Amino acid sequence: MSNLIATDITKRFGGLLAVNKLSFELAEGEILGLIGPNGAGKTTVFNCLSGFLTPEEGSMYLGGNAIKGLQPYQICQMGMARTFQIVKPFPTISVFDNVMVGALAHGTSLQEAKSMSQDIIESVGLRKMRDLEAQGLPLPLRKRLEMARALATRPRVLLLDEVMAGLNPTEVDEMIDLINQINQDGVSVLLIEHVMRGVMALSQRMIVINYGEKIAEGVPAEIVKNPLVIEAYLGKEFLSAQG
Amino acid sequence: MKRYHIFLSLILLILVVLPLFLDNYILGIFVMVFFWAYVGQSWNVLTGYTGHISLGHALYIGVGAYTSTYLAQVFGLSPWFGMFAGGVVAAGIALFLGFLGFRFGLRGVYFVILTIAFAEITRLIVSHVEALGSFSGIFLDFEPSFWNFQFSGNLPYYYISLALMVGSLVAVYIIEQSKLGRFIVAIREDEEAAQALGVNTFKYNMLAIAISAFMTSIAGVFYANYIFYLHPNSMFGMSLSIELILRPIVGGLGTLFGPLIGSFLLTPLSEISRAYFAKGGLEGLHLVLYGIVAILVVLFMPKGIIVYVRRFLDPLMKDKK
Amino acid sequence: MLKVNGIDVYYGDLPALRDVSIEVHEREIVSVIGSNGVGKSTLLKTISGVNRPRKGAIHYAEMDITRTRSSRIVEQGISHVPEGRQLFPTMTVMENLEMGAHFQKAKKAKEALLEEVFTYFPRLKERLKQEAGTLSGGEQQMLAIGRGLMSCPRLMMLDEPSLGLSPLLVSTIFDIVRQINDQGTAILLIEQNVYHALSMSNRGYVLENGKLALQGTGQELLTNAHIRKTYLGL
Repeated sequence: MSNLIATDITKRFGGLLAVNKLSFELAEGEILGLIGPNGAGKTTVFNCLSGFLTPEEGSMYLGGNAIKGLQPYQICQMGMARTFQIVKPFPTISVFDNVMVGALAHGTSLQEAKSMSQDIIESVGLRKMRDLEAQGLPLPLRKRLEMARALATRPRVLLLDEVMAGLNPTEVDEMIDLINQINQDGVSVLLIEHVMRGVMALSQRMIVINYGEKIAEGVPAEIVKNPLVIEAYLGKEFLSAQG
Repeated sequence: MKRYHIFLSLILLILVVLPLFLDNYILGIFVMVFFWAYVGQSWNVLTGYTGHISLGHALYIGVGAYTSTYLAQVFGLSPWFGMFAGGVVAAGIALFLGFLGFRFGLRGVYFVILTIAFAEITRLIVSHVEALGSFSGIFLDFEPSFWNFQFSGNLPYYYISLALMVGSLVAVYIIEQSKLGRFIVAIREDEEAAQALGVNTFKYNMLAIAISAFMTSIAGVFYANYIFYLHPNSMFGMSLSIELILRPIVGGLGTLFGPLIGSFLLTPLSEISRAYFAKGGLEGLHLVLYGIVAILVVLFMPKGIIVYVRRFLDPLMKDKK
Repeated sequence: MLKVNGIDVYYGDLPALRDVSIEVHEREIVSVIGSNGVGKSTLLKTISGVNRPRKGAIHYAEMDITRTRSSRIVEQGISHVPEGRQLFPTMTVMENLEMGAHFQKAKKAKEALLEEVFTYFPRLKERLKQEAGTLSGGEQQMLAIGRGLMSCPRLMMLDEPSLGLSPLLVSTIFDIVRQINDQGTAILLIEQNVYHALSMSNRGYVLENGKLALQGTGQELLTNAHIRKTYLGL
């Protein structure tokens, strides 16, 4: 069964065609990687899926329900959560209070939300920072907070936007483990990523977009050998560096 | 936390008992301290907690004052009931303002202008309505009685405004701890992120502005029956809108005790310096002093005085294990 | 040409850098690597005058620039391309570039400098009137480096130029940095992409927790076991 189905999504900004008839499916329990050069339209796709933008054409279905034209908060309540490429913590409140906002999203009681927030904070490894102000956290921890907050909304589908940017290899490994764990708990993941190590390790399938169009789709092993992808995105050096 | 509760209860006890030792004039200063603390707290709900700056909050004071006074003079309705009518009207206008602002994405400076515009337009309308006193304003007849919400001497007003201040403190505390409180703070911190987390930001913005307006309008009823004169310029005017924001800002925006601390500092300063300078024939100089204090606080303690109060008190408040 | 000597830098009461000393010689490429939050950006900001060290000194071409104003430092020939690019988003590409050359010496050479920038980044020439905020990430990085070149620097400091860029672009950008270096500009590079950074550096420093942990030539560091494990994941 497919959790998220996008068909022929098209988004224009004035004369600029940012996304052009993009279609893909995210299966239940899958991790799907979305890669492509900067400006290819990846974040625009996320914004369309999560309701921050409305595509001019095309349809989007989450768990069988149409979501085009819905507001972001409604889409979140229907089970799809997202993170932002440039993280957006609630700066002057604590880690715990940040996560609580997500936990309260579904009409949970205050008490339930509190214990759920505590659980999630521990599962992402932020237990010691629970009462720290979010704006004092270094970047890798802010990224974990961003994920914890999204997880608190109990999503069935999670959209991750470049969560590994700016992390060193050890931190990338930790993030890979975390995302795998989330996936094993039953969340389907669509991830935008430039950190190839991360997206290769996690993705069961990948789609590549360039200039708003899908240019390749398949398993990671095929994708890295695809000449279109190499030319547009990876560069020949990538293959030799991988060697 | 227990020591903290004892401390607060002690202060409340002192305030309750204090009138026994004070003359009417000083009591009057305290009435204003509590009054401005209450108004500041009401404004704090929209601006401090939810993050939408309102420079037209005098609108709701005026609405409360004029509504209850009109109902009292024309229908003999007690201001104790008129308060609720005034609150409903104020909330209604606030929801209209909120709809224009929040539905159409007016933020920051543009929202501020909207609040100023609403206050100004109302001021102009009321200035031209005969039934509301037009340009001459309304003089309230002094007929002291509980029903009329009018009293001789400052003592009853002292306790009523104290009750309002404490009541607003409790109300905002409850809001702070509730889902509503957490959501409006999230909106202030990052409205987009809040939306992405499933918060219906439009709904909570509307709730915040309605609650703030309702609370503020009650202050208008109090004020009308304390100074016995209503004029559109003083009730809806810009100077009132600015006066009421100074204390919460100086005390600590978005904090529970900020408006109170700000009022306890600024109000006596304002009242005493006004009397002092008036004696020397230097009317209005108190505003300069007032302004200087406000500038100093904003320059050196932008988060408000409460930061320093907390630093001082927190070590003392730690419970002994 | 650049000598940083034993600087301590604090943010309020929090120590960010402690007793850090680095050197960059003429025409060198020097990398500073380390985890997030370890103080790398702070180091660059201190050199360019945005932060002031509590202790220690910074010398550039025999001058003491520890307490010099940032604008003077740029005029003297140090250019800082900050993390996250920090372009002027509503200004056009051309305006951003011009902003890089707003002082006397650079103004005179503006035409020549612009030509030089366009040689490295032909894509920018095509987009002169476009608002910087609407450029793609890679184009923004090019513009940021271009803007840095407009001040005619003898030393260019780059803070995480590869951040958020596709693998292809990362290669392109590093190629260009190498070219800039070939033309005579020394480079001080902060990078998360340790492999690329160390491969092209003459020398490197490793910062951990605000202090210098290791230093050596590019090759030495690339083959160092600790670095391979922590920063290269090998």
